[in-house]
Amino acid sequence: MSTHSTIAIVGAGEAGTAAALALRERGWEESVVLIGNESSLPYERPPLSKAVLVDETRPGPKTIVTSERLSELKIDYRHGCEVVSIDRTASMVILSNGAKIGYHRLLLATGARPRDLNVPIAEGSRVATLRSYEDATRLRELIGQGCEMAVIGGGFIGLEVAASSILRGASVIVFEAGSRILSRAVPVGIAELIRAKHERSGVRIETTAVVERIELCEGRSCVVLAGGQRHLADLVIVGVGATPNVELAQAAGLAVDNGIALDEMLATSDPRVFAAGDCCSFPHRLYGKRIRLEAWRNAQRQGVIAAANMVGEDRPYDDLPWFWSDQYDETLQMVGLCCGGEIPVVRSLGPRGQLLFSLVDGGRLVAACGFGSLGAVAKEIRVAETIIRRELKVEAEALANPALNLKQLL
Amino acid sequence: MTKQAEWVAACAADALRPEEVRRLDHGGRTFVIVRSPEGDYFAMDGHCSHEKVHLADGIVDGGIIECPKHFGTFDYRTGESRALPACVDLQSYEVKIENGIVMVKV
Repeated sequence: MSTHSTIAIVGAGEAGTAAALALRERGWEESVVLIGNESSLPYERPPLSKAVLVDETRPGPKTIVTSERLSELKIDYRHGCEVVSIDRTASMVILSNGAKIGYHRLLLATGARPRDLNVPIAEGSRVATLRSYEDATRLRELIGQGCEMAVIGGGFIGLEVAASSILRGASVIVFEAGSRILSRAVPVGIAELIRAKHERSGVRIETTAVVERIELCEGRSCVVLAGGQRHLADLVIVGVGATPNVELAQAAGLAVDNGIALDEMLATSDPRVFAAGDCCSFPHRLYGKRIRLEAWRNAQRQGVIAAANMVGEDRPYDDLPWFWSDQYDETLQMVGLCCGGEIPVVRSLGPRGQLLFSLVDGGRLVAACGFGSLGAVAKEIRVAETIIRRELKVEAEALANPALNLKQLL
Repeated sequence: MTKQAEWVAACAADALRPEEVRRLDHGGRTFVIVRSPEGDYFAMDGHCSHEKVHLADGIVDGGIIECPKHFGTFDYRTGESRALPACVDLQSYEVKIENGIVMVKV
């Protein structure tokens, strides 16, 4: 097989796997090599902080694709393989076992890793992060009835871990350094609803709680806050964001700017090398700036678009940012992006939930966020997505009127 | 555990607009009924094959029903999965209209 006709994909998460499948869907008949550093089949990460953490009867990770399907599609899946470098002059990637894979096009889907807390952590204290299936199953063993947990970071991962741990009978306190939870992504009105939900479920949430260090006290972990407050825990979980895995790209001389820097076609500074998912930043036509997303749908859809462009299509990536999170029996969905200064408009769905729309001057909708039952929230967010994409102007009064079907605004 | 198929009344045929979906729960199972733009009615399993989410809460457009949670899609005429993360087809069921009522053979 000629190596010049190989498309190599580094990273077998959501983006890399979606790309491999999409290459075949688009008729690419030459070789596809998918390189992953974990030993299992490609699997979905969203359940790791949710169902996997709660339910030990699950037999294994939820795989994205079966091994039968991979062989049927002739996708050469190299699992448990680390790529150590890219030789762009020779068009090769080099694996840790010394193997070399030549490429015609290369996709970097290296993902992200949990950001370091960057405080002193005493040796022997029990401090963990969550990214892989292995992390999740190990944590599940530790989280049980009576376990006293401290979660550092009031973002999506921290709060999902808190909800799952409460369901397992643990007690949980969340320390958030900012003035409120979910401050990076969720408008304040919705964040308040989520906070109330957690507090009703028994989670304690402390905001403006800056962790200074973690000590070891009589065999337990002790979270020490700025100001001296001390909190003992059996287990500390850190969820303070993610750092894009850019080292491989950087070492190969590719441009990096808060992630591997791409153009709107998802190509890197080398037109034969593409990237997708949590590891990359890209310009978005609607927001007029470079953004990086840590999100499941973005990873999957960028994988598909990168695959299309690697086989010669010319498709700019302009999907809207979309996030979801499960908290207990309720769902949060968000679409679009707030850049600051938007006018919030509340649409109440009664006991079924609430939506919050963000309008800019002139009545253009730029983001929508909903929290409540899936059935109530999902359709409304889907319509909002269409309104945002079409850059429609809408009346705040119409959005706020629950009697009005949002579809009428299209 | 093969069980004799039976015809179950879902709703009045007039109650569904084109590309509107309705959920039908019967015998511990759940189904969706969709009316096509041509006025034909189709039925298939009501839970997404990816995760147990009610497809009736999703949107229907251009012959496709989309899961409200993760955007897996299915051809509502055949139950075939069309987009990830859904990769397993859903079973479709025979439908007939009797006295203005949509009946599904489940």
